[in-house]
Amino acid sequence: MKSKKTNEQANQSKDKLRRELVDHFREKREPLRHQWVEQMIAKGLLAGLTREEIETESMTIYDTCIACLETGEYDDAQTYAIRMAERGVLQGMTSEQIIGGLLTLRDVYGRSLFERYQHDIEGLSSALDIYEPVANKILSIVALAFVAEREKVVRQQQEAIQELSTPVLQVRDQMLILPIIGVIDTHRARQLTEQLLRTIRTSRAKVVVMDITGVPGVDSKVANHLVQTVDASQLMGATVIVTGISPEIAQTLVTLGVDLTKMNTVGDLQGGIEEADHLLGYKVVRIESSNGFIRKEKV
Amino acid sequence: MFVPILKQGDYLIASVQSELSDADLLKLRDDLVSRVGEFRSRGVIVDVTILDVMDSFATRTLRSMAHMIMLRGAKTVIVGIQPEVAFSMVQLGLKLESVATALDLEEGMALLDRQTEGDTRRG
Repeated sequence: MKSKKTNEQANQSKDKLRRELVDHFREKREPLRHQWVEQMIAKGLLAGLTREEIETESMTIYDTCIACLETGEYDDAQTYAIRMAERGVLQGMTSEQIIGGLLTLRDVYGRSLFERYQHDIEGLSSALDIYEPVANKILSIVALAFVAEREKVVRQQQEAIQELSTPVLQVRDQMLILPIIGVIDTHRARQLTEQLLRTIRTSRAKVVVMDITGVPGVDSKVANHLVQTVDASQLMGATVIVTGISPEIAQTLVTLGVDLTKMNTVGDLQGGIEEADHLLGYKVVRIESSNGFIRKEKV
Repeated sequence: MFVPILKQGDYLIASVQSELSDADLLKLRDDLVSRVGEFRSRGVIVDVTILDVMDSFATRTLRSMAHMIMLRGAKTVIVGIQPEVAFSMVQLGLKLESVATALDLEEGMALLDRQTEGDTRRG
């Protein structure tokens, strides 16, 4: 019974102290806020912001932090942090600016607590017990919001790159070219194959020239993906010619012992297209009188 | 599910109309192998456009069917394998190996025409 009572008492005094802190920060709002802004300016953390922006933003942040301390609810802080991260990342604000700013605010709050309780060590200790977890929580919310925003941007860009990086081009009736540039991983190989198969169906292609000049290197996994792409195209009734296998890649493939006997390979893209022309019965004829224009004829 | 087998000139066309059970596949194989001799056909086209799935049994049955038909003196073309089906087949390591494939019925007919060009039976 006794311990319950002391617990209640402790809670009551904690709440009392919390209100005291909130009142203190509310009362000193203007001087503390000015002090904070000045420190940030001195550290060069506010570059690129107008005076008005600084005023409104600093007020909002200050009040949001106090509200967190008062209510113990962080929903507002969360929402605000996400919004700030979105804007911050878009405007090219560094995470250093945001986090540095909040660390400065933390210092300003902390310093004012020291001043208030400088003759009462016990009071200071219990005040810090209340204040510090809140400050840390807010900082972690903001930091996480920033990291999440960055990751979102990176993800979007990755998707954009992937979308752009696998064009399937038709050069003649029934002939497609698939230039592959950059590293192939499982995800990309899959996307590439699916796109190729869809295009084979829609354009009724019979021959595909797959050019891997732009692929920096292959391992057994990538080689396997290439073989799969070739096999799948075969099932759709299209022949695949692989071109642009560099000496290094040729060496790796032979060393790895990848079975490429079924693969139709030609040195370069030009050779590949010539081979494809041959398979489809095209013949490219140069007409002497046409000033270098080349016309193709079906034989 | 019954698979209709149509005679089109020198070719037989088996057009799959719905998903097939293992028993249906075996029946299709037996029917085709016997009809080839009956009609003295030179080519067989199996249209699988409708199929969403080709499992190992289906692949093996089609492959063995093609070999049997070859022994009976005709060529086989599988047509209409969908992109998704083709992709999942290679991922599962299922191969039709020496069996010819084509995009659709039209391409399949053209392929057979080319392959049987030198055929002495041709009229």
